[in-house]
Amino acid sequence: MTMQIQPILAALRRHRLATLLIALEIALACAVLCNACFLIISRLQLTRVNSGVDESSLASLKLTGYDETSGVDLNARVLSGLRAIPGMQSVSVVNEVPFGEHAGTAGITLDAAGQHKGGVVEFYVGGPGSFQALGLKLISGRAPEPDDYQPITSFVPAEGSVLVTSVLARHLWPDADPLGKEFWCDKFHFRVVGVVAHLARPSGGEGGPDTIEWSVFAPAQPGKNLAGMYLLRADPAQLSRVLRDARASIAKIAPDAVVDLPSSQTIVELRSGYFQQDRAMAGMLVGVIVALLLVTALGIVGLASFWVQQRRRQIGIRRAIGATRGDILRYFQTENFLIVSFGIALGMVLAFGLNVMLMKFYELPHLPLYYLPIGALVLWALGQLAVLGPALRAAAVPPVVATRSV
Amino acid sequence: MFGYYLDLALRSLRRNRMLTALMVLAIALGIGASMTTLTVLHVLSGDPLPGRSGSLYYAQIDPQDIKGMDSSKEPPEQVTLIDGLNLLHAGRADHQALMTGGSVPVQPEQSSLDPFYVEARYTTADFFSMFDAPFLYGHGWTAAEGEAKVRDVVIAKSLNDKLFAGANSVGRTLRMAGSSFRIVGVLDSWQPNPHFYDLNTGSYAYGEEVFLPLQTMLELRLDRGGSTDCWGNGGGGVGNILPSNDCVWLQFWTQLDSPAKAAAYQEFLVHYSLDQRALGRFQRAPNVRLRNVMLWLDYNKVVPSDVRLQNGLAFGFLLVCLVNTVGLMLAKFMRRAAELGVRRALGASRRALFAQLLIESGVVGLVGGFGGLLLAMFGLWLVRQRPSDYAVLAHLDLSMLLITFVLAVLATLLAGLLPAWRACQIAPALQLKSN
Repeated sequence: MTMQIQPILAALRRHRLATLLIALEIALACAVLCNACFLIISRLQLTRVNSGVDESSLASLKLTGYDETSGVDLNARVLSGLRAIPGMQSVSVVNEVPFGEHAGTAGITLDAAGQHKGGVVEFYVGGPGSFQALGLKLISGRAPEPDDYQPITSFVPAEGSVLVTSVLARHLWPDADPLGKEFWCDKFHFRVVGVVAHLARPSGGEGGPDTIEWSVFAPAQPGKNLAGMYLLRADPAQLSRVLRDARASIAKIAPDAVVDLPSSQTIVELRSGYFQQDRAMAGMLVGVIVALLLVTALGIVGLASFWVQQRRRQIGIRRAIGATRGDILRYFQTENFLIVSFGIALGMVLAFGLNVMLMKFYELPHLPLYYLPIGALVLWALGQLAVLGPALRAAAVPPVVATRSV
Repeated sequence: MFGYYLDLALRSLRRNRMLTALMVLAIALGIGASMTTLTVLHVLSGDPLPGRSGSLYYAQIDPQDIKGMDSSKEPPEQVTLIDGLNLLHAGRADHQALMTGGSVPVQPEQSSLDPFYVEARYTTADFFSMFDAPFLYGHGWTAAEGEAKVRDVVIAKSLNDKLFAGANSVGRTLRMAGSSFRIVGVLDSWQPNPHFYDLNTGSYAYGEEVFLPLQTMLELRLDRGGSTDCWGNGGGGVGNILPSNDCVWLQFWTQLDSPAKAAAYQEFLVHYSLDQRALGRFQRAPNVRLRNVMLWLDYNKVVPSDVRLQNGLAFGFLLVCLVNTVGLMLAKFMRRAAELGVRRALGASRRALFAQLLIESGVVGLVGGFGGLLLAMFGLWLVRQRPSDYAVLAHLDLSMLLITFVLAVLATLLAGLLPAWRACQIAPALQLKSN
């Protein structure tokens, strides 16, 4: 093997331009491949966010069009009407659900004067039963008690006991026990009584992926300012039927209201709709990668075929003076390996450069280094696969060619 | 000579179909992918009002309180009601309009139709002439009528088709949100993309179906949509309470027919801010912006970053395809060394050979461009199946069609330069001798 490398290099030196072109193509492919794969993985990771709620058992139902002063009456009618639907485990009033439209986004401060900013968080406001229905996992403190459900006159209760996610607790009070801590939102005042494991905000984090779990659960009494949005819970197997019945029964329960269909879906459907864009982008990136590998492979096939044809006489001579078919096959395989390796070396630098450029324009972390060896392996395999056909054709050249003039 | 070279090129391409097909395929894939994304980018970053957008300016002033002031920061993206009305009544621009959006319930007379919501634009009178909205029937309302809070409405063609089967409905009554409105105009199909005058509604494929006088909306307290940003003690905007004067929630557009007028208007905004500060309303030093439509769209980064990323990727892909074509072309030309040697020996100049080889690559480019066009059409069809709001807009227009072919031929000619030059370096004697 090592003995073969010298003549191969000598031969390549005579085809500097073609060699350089294949290497360049491999290098470009390597750069695009590594970065596109990285983009795909980051996209798909986004779609795996833990919402913290029992997604498969939950659905939301949103009503619009009713007279806003009749909220209290509407809530009463809808709650009792929907609870009568067979298979319905619970119905509660909420302001928003994960992956739905956001309704309670606000900035909070850690002091009453509003000097020490805590960031923009999401207020999930829920009526009695909603905490249990969501299936939030409590990790410390206590769940809301009946007294905690305060009447509200704005989008959140004016004063209340709330629960925060562990991520938000760590952000607001990095080194302290969050239980009993206070925070303010304008003139509204809150005290933390419990911490939940996860609760993702409806429409992602405004301050980047790290803020996606900056959520607060605020128990509140349904009323004029908390009406029209309902959280339904049923057995996952029956959920879609229950939701269908619920949508249909609104015509009887609340003829004055209109069902907002895009917001009245199961959480699983909302989630899938929410990430549709990301999945589409990932799909398009996969398409680019496949096309890229295909074109690269075809390029290698084309040039290798050309070389085989050009060197038929030389191959014949080598065969005539004792080289086996295996020797010829290995010659072309080794040659391809050398060129591809050269391309990969260049490609790693390019991949890194492309990543730095992408980071400048998009919110992307550094390309993890392990992508480079994986990309290299893929390209080596691709090169060997592409060269196999032409190399086999070369190996099939009979020794008698040496004695013929073209 | 060109005809002869073309004939030679076609013969040569036919002789080695495999290599030709590979080159055409590589060009077609590269062109197809890059034209698909380029078309999407072209559609999304297009001028919503060609010929007009240069003289339309979006005004921003800074009425916020002193807390958190940073002179390097941009002023709020909308105006308060009081400032909007002040600027409107000052009338310093050639035309000006104050507007916001929302949705209203329509209660059709026909009992066969259930009540439904339509998107509404609440605006002052100059909106239609400034934005060149085409009227199918009737006209807009006048500024005086707007101030008088008339119950007039201009409806879109789609709504006219739905309610009146496309007939001239001017003068008829439309019941909305419990009030009767007189239809004064019907717009022809009109949907500027991006929806530049109010980007809070979503940037693409959004269109209002009813247009009402802003003052009428203020009186009737119709539902508002879009964004409201408040500071200090600002609040309101919930239900039918209007946002207070510490909140921005309206857009103010002006038409200024010359750069000198635009400069003068910017000056006016500074003076207005100073006056308001003297009156005690404004606390900050004047911080104003006056951007025309395209600058406003740029500033708001309306083109989704995913689309730019896809475009970059596609051109990276085209580059790989071109390098690939250079390699294949080199193989193809070098294989014909003997033939080229004979032609040289018979008296063809290097320049002639070079031209002949370039024509050959041009032919590959043309065929590849055609394949790329088909692929781009397929790609755009795929884009249209996607859930984005801009998906429906992804169509190839004539200019993009031309660009496809020009790009394909140019790219292949570029790819052919190096191989053709290499092939022309062949010493004729050497080739003749060896055979």
